[in-house]
Amino acid sequence: MEPAAGVRLDNNHKLSLREFPYIVRWRDDRCKRCGRCTAVCPVKAIEATVKVQRTVTSSGAVPTPTAVRTVTQVVEQVTDMERYCVGCGSCTLVCPNEAIEPEFNPQNKLLHYKNKGGDAYKRGGRRNDPALSTLDRLKFTRISMLTDPALDAGRHEFRVRSLLGRVLPPEELPLVMENGRLAVDKSSGKFIPPVREIFPIMIGSMSIGALSPPMWEGLAMGVAYLNEVENIPVVMCSGEGGMSPRLLRSKYLKYFIIQIASGYFGWDEIVRAIPHMVEDPAAIEIKYGQGAKPGDGGLLMAQKVLKLIAKIRGVPQFVDLASPPTHQTKYSIEEAVAKMIQSMSMAWGFRVPVYPKISGTKTAKAVLNNLARNPYAAGLCIDGEDGGTGAAYNVSMDKMGHPIASNLRECYLDLVKQGKQNELPLIAAGGIGKKGNLAANAAALIMLGASAVAIGKYIMQTAADCFGDEYNRCNLCNTGKCPRGITTQDPKLYRRLDSDKVAERVVEVFKSADVELRKIFAPMGRSTEIPIGMSDGLSIDDKAIAERLGISYAC
Amino acid sequence: MEPILALETMKEGHDGSGLGLTLKDLGGEFAKLKKYPVLSGICSRDGKKLLDDYMKRAGFRLKHEWTPKIAPKKGVVARDHYFARAYDYPASCANLPMKAKEDLLMNTRLALRCLGEKDESIFAFSFYPDVITLKEVGDPLEVAEFFGLDRDRISAKIVLAQGRQNTNYAIYLYACHPFFIQGFCSMTNGENTAFVPIREYLSGRGFPGYMGYNSDSEVFTHILHYTVRQLGYPLHYYKDVITPLKAAEIDRRPDAGAVRLMKQSLRSLCIDGPNMVIGFTPDGTCFMVQDSKKLRPGVVGGAKGKYALMSEECGVDRAIPERERAKDIFPMKYDMVIVSPDAQEVRVWNQQQG
Repeated sequence: MEPAAGVRLDNNHKLSLREFPYIVRWRDDRCKRCGRCTAVCPVKAIEATVKVQRTVTSSGAVPTPTAVRTVTQVVEQVTDMERYCVGCGSCTLVCPNEAIEPEFNPQNKLLHYKNKGGDAYKRGGRRNDPALSTLDRLKFTRISMLTDPALDAGRHEFRVRSLLGRVLPPEELPLVMENGRLAVDKSSGKFIPPVREIFPIMIGSMSIGALSPPMWEGLAMGVAYLNEVENIPVVMCSGEGGMSPRLLRSKYLKYFIIQIASGYFGWDEIVRAIPHMVEDPAAIEIKYGQGAKPGDGGLLMAQKVLKLIAKIRGVPQFVDLASPPTHQTKYSIEEAVAKMIQSMSMAWGFRVPVYPKISGTKTAKAVLNNLARNPYAAGLCIDGEDGGTGAAYNVSMDKMGHPIASNLRECYLDLVKQGKQNELPLIAAGGIGKKGNLAANAAALIMLGASAVAIGKYIMQTAADCFGDEYNRCNLCNTGKCPRGITTQDPKLYRRLDSDKVAERVVEVFKSADVELRKIFAPMGRSTEIPIGMSDGLSIDDKAIAERLGISYAC
Repeated sequence: MEPILALETMKEGHDGSGLGLTLKDLGGEFAKLKKYPVLSGICSRDGKKLLDDYMKRAGFRLKHEWTPKIAPKKGVVARDHYFARAYDYPASCANLPMKAKEDLLMNTRLALRCLGEKDESIFAFSFYPDVITLKEVGDPLEVAEFFGLDRDRISAKIVLAQGRQNTNYAIYLYACHPFFIQGFCSMTNGENTAFVPIREYLSGRGFPGYMGYNSDSEVFTHILHYTVRQLGYPLHYYKDVITPLKAAEIDRRPDAGAVRLMKQSLRSLCIDGPNMVIGFTPDGTCFMVQDSKKLRPGVVGGAKGKYALMSEECGVDRAIPERERAKDIFPMKYDMVIVSPDAQEVRVWNQQQG
């Protein structure tokens, strides 16, 4: 039989709202039809429309029903999967009468339909997995009690600092005795790698381009303030996409890690600025992979490549900027990594630590061992599966990658086996602060062996109120339509964000994290050095995880 | 016996769970055996045979044996055989340099430990010239009487005595302070909160003696050994290793360049806990050092030729009551008290000034 065509009274060709990840709850009785919600919706998931209503009324002693047809204005959710409600809640924010709110629909079938035209689902954000991560399940159980006095987080002196850079083993230090004191033997010609003392939580790589100008600027200002005023040496990575030419030539460059990734975006400008730099950058990060989308390169969608971005990156406007998954000119780990580290070190006269960043993977140990043998490698950043991104295929984000906890731990233990755990700092990233426990997650990773941790999504959420979460909320970073103005290049959107306020929040976040870290370290009796690898302080209520991480089981 | 009586006066500061004694610069019957290594330990009847066989095979020749005159005590379970035996080196090793001899002695001690650890048939605490170690579980005073130290002629110029076995780990003879390795010895007051990272770091140095770790305090001895013997740093850098200064403080040191590098490279050995360490080095220098916040007590008092380094003043009063008390030294967080060999001179080295 021929399928029905033309007017379909059964509406069988349409999706029901139950298929959608968020269902908009709109209240007729509260709505004053101002239209703000429909105007603000970044995806046009709701629209103002009219409905014919038939109202039956009766008045008088005897029932005399009268039917009246009226035309009413309503706000309606569209059932087009291309305009699905992302649940951002911008409509709720602008509604003067609390008449509208999106509600998560756990039975949604977004992934069944979000591939129209054969275009696989792309989005920004992070892995859509709201479950408690291993990091959030770790507890700090070794508390100094009656056997010894605990430290006082409020009164005692604490040094919450870590090292970024290759550290020479003590046996190789070029020291000589001079009048009963040790001195550095300058005549030895021994290369002493550069090392930076940093706060153990850093802001991970998020590019200018992925982030809006006020967002990046706010982060940068916050970081500079933390260093200059608060004496908290937080460093921040540029991400791939260069940096502002003025910042490159400023004294604040020392607080920034410049990233070089496979697209080399922004590096024309950086190379041109090198002779004019008054300070060395904190470090150079070579991006080989990213936890959110392992095996994928960077991706900046055309709609975000506006004039400023095009200028900084040295590309035409409105073209997709896809960095390849690998550095194309390299073919092997021995050659690729060593050459790049060498080249980048040379560019700054071997005064700047250069380290690679990879996505969490079972093969991380192979990379690590290669780096352990390379005296110029300044560390290794491992980005776990819970890391975020501005744009990626959903499948990469949701299904690819390795959790950070066990990946970091096995790398650390591998270094321990070689006695090199203090030589090559490990930086852990991906999912830190997923549930808001920034300091606790950072401390747990440090105790599993990380020298420092890097955060991205967390700082976007806390410093700029990013809507994103693990229920696929918002996650519009790739479209350039970020309703908060964080990941957009559209001035109409990013003017919603005040860079000063972002900077203020960055400072607040790090100051409170500093306090919380002390509150964790103090009862465990650590204050002078952060407890890298102090795994006896950790426990978990899962025997299998405890065994995998080499920590104790507590219940 | 004197140090044990002093220990007794400090009873409130320890739990009396055991007694460990390391004697250096021996007198009495060992006075004439100074160049011969002395193996100290405990063994069972079976263990004694194992030990004898092993030492014979290794070429060590027994020169002299001292055994304590055991006086049974309630609360102290006697083991079969307590001993301190002076051996002559195997003929093939007699002319080796001291460093090589030290390695031989340590490896022999470790081999004996491995041989008897499982069934507790052999405990080997130290094997080094002019050093004796005694350890047993129980109340220190009772253990001392049990060993007959109140009656014996055994004497030494340097005595390290500790009355607590272990804070957070199992009571076990190998967990009993003082700890000894190749002429370096130390004992500690307090808990070492950074034990695991330090243990992992030391274990990764590829040095066979860095093992055991039945006590969180054993690492203090090994850090001392690593700093002074392995790295060749002067003794006072031990303080810089275990309690590194802040960056700004290092900048003011005359040896800032070296200290800065050391701080980075030896970051894993920062002790960070509430600790006071007392120890000696092979040349007979004794020292006392505090954690970076001075969370534990410590006092040095005495006069030229006789000094006491103790946790508490009452102990020093008991040991050297006739001293000038006003000259007692209470080392603070930046200080390291160094008593030269034969207790001739006491020096307070300040870490800030280097």
